[in-house]
Amino acid sequence: MILEIAIRSLQVTISALIVSTLIGIPVGAWLALVRFPARRVALALVYTGMGLPPVVVGLVVYLILSRSGPLGGLSWLFTIPAMIVAQIILSIPLIVGITMSSILAVDSTLRIQLRALGATHWQATRDLVLEARSGVVVGLAAGFGAIISEVGAVMLVGGNIAGQTRVLTTAIVLETREGNFDTALALGGILLTLAFAANLIMVIAQGRLREIK
Amino acid sequence: MTPSAYRLTGIEQVYAARTVLRIPELTIPRGDIFTVLGPNGSGKTTLLRLLALLEAPTRGTVTVSLASREVTGRTATIEDRRLVTMVFQHPILLTRTVRENVAYGLRLRGQRDARKRIDGLLDQLGLSRLAGAPSHTLSGGEAQRVALARALILDPQILLLDEPTANLDPASGVLIEQMIRETHRRDGVTVVLVTHNIFQAKRLATRAMLLLDGELVEDGEASQFFTAPRDERTARFVAGEMTF
Repeated sequence: MILEIAIRSLQVTISALIVSTLIGIPVGAWLALVRFPARRVALALVYTGMGLPPVVVGLVVYLILSRSGPLGGLSWLFTIPAMIVAQIILSIPLIVGITMSSILAVDSTLRIQLRALGATHWQATRDLVLEARSGVVVGLAAGFGAIISEVGAVMLVGGNIAGQTRVLTTAIVLETREGNFDTALALGGILLTLAFAANLIMVIAQGRLREIK
Repeated sequence: MTPSAYRLTGIEQVYAARTVLRIPELTIPRGDIFTVLGPNGSGKTTLLRLLALLEAPTRGTVTVSLASREVTGRTATIEDRRLVTMVFQHPILLTRTVRENVAYGLRLRGQRDARKRIDGLLDQLGLSRLAGAPSHTLSGGEAQRVALARALILDPQILLLDEPTANLDPASGVLIEQMIRETHRRDGVTVVLVTHNIFQAKRLATRAMLLLDGELVEDGEASQFFTAPRDERTARFVAGEMTF
């Protein structure tokens, strides 16, 4: 049973992380490289998003997905997809913000130098993001850490249904409330181990990336 | 008359309401080593960026004559732009090995099997033993040579160099000057060299111009420019009397 919960936790978090990486890195690069009128407002929004209270995100997703909400027809409330959506919203600002600042940390003339060597706009942008890769990995680690350990949003939109939407964090809450401290602690240990393992993998990847420097 | 590599007409470049460059008319002949002289802040780098088609002038037209056709910043395709290469005063290398840095432009052009050529060029520039070294371990002079190598490997028709030997040790400077001269002689490349080093200009230039405060003071054949300048300011500059 515990194994099943751990696997579900990873499934939800990794799915959310994949989607927010695919959206977050391009948006972060865009914010770093393109100047537009409302850019400062956009940056303030991203920074605010980096500290979004999960329970508020959960509430909003809940309302949107509830039967009378705008996306009620999807019948996603209290399902895995609803939890993934909430975690995407929580992790995207972290990945956008950290990607943006690591790209801004790369020398600003690199892009024009790559263009002078014959790079198209797209090639120069791609290689600039690659230069910022070790910072981008930090963004992914931050996103992963934030959502695998998050409880408020997944509890609200997932409902903590045994065998369906129960994940490590919501299971810990339940077991603690029921006084099963041993089980709660064991689940907590697994959660920490998973978080540690994931971060270790990213740190190793980052070390590899640094070596090419 | 030699065909031109560049024709500039009515050029004005304005940054934040300040005109940093004004060149009513300028022709750079093909196959020359054309040196752009002037103190810091005189608009030399701005001119080079216009010639590299990396920026569009606020007013006026830069026309580039390539071997096959004539283009402006507006009509140049990526293939046209790839015939012009620029080396920056402060080159930023990618966080990869020296060899990978030199291969960069080739890879953009879809050429992957150039290891022999790259190693030959690295050898000429005294960089052989550093081929596998990560770029961040290089000294300033080594990085500048790598930057020159990554441009030369592309066999450009036009090579734009921004202070390529500024702040380098004399040995690196001599090597880079040799390389410029050799490439020019062997491939007939048009070289536009920005420098504030009058001695370097005298050693390399076939033609020269002086920029002061963004204004073109004078341009001409090296022999005339350095020995019998028409403008009094050029005379003071080439005599080394102009302090900045």
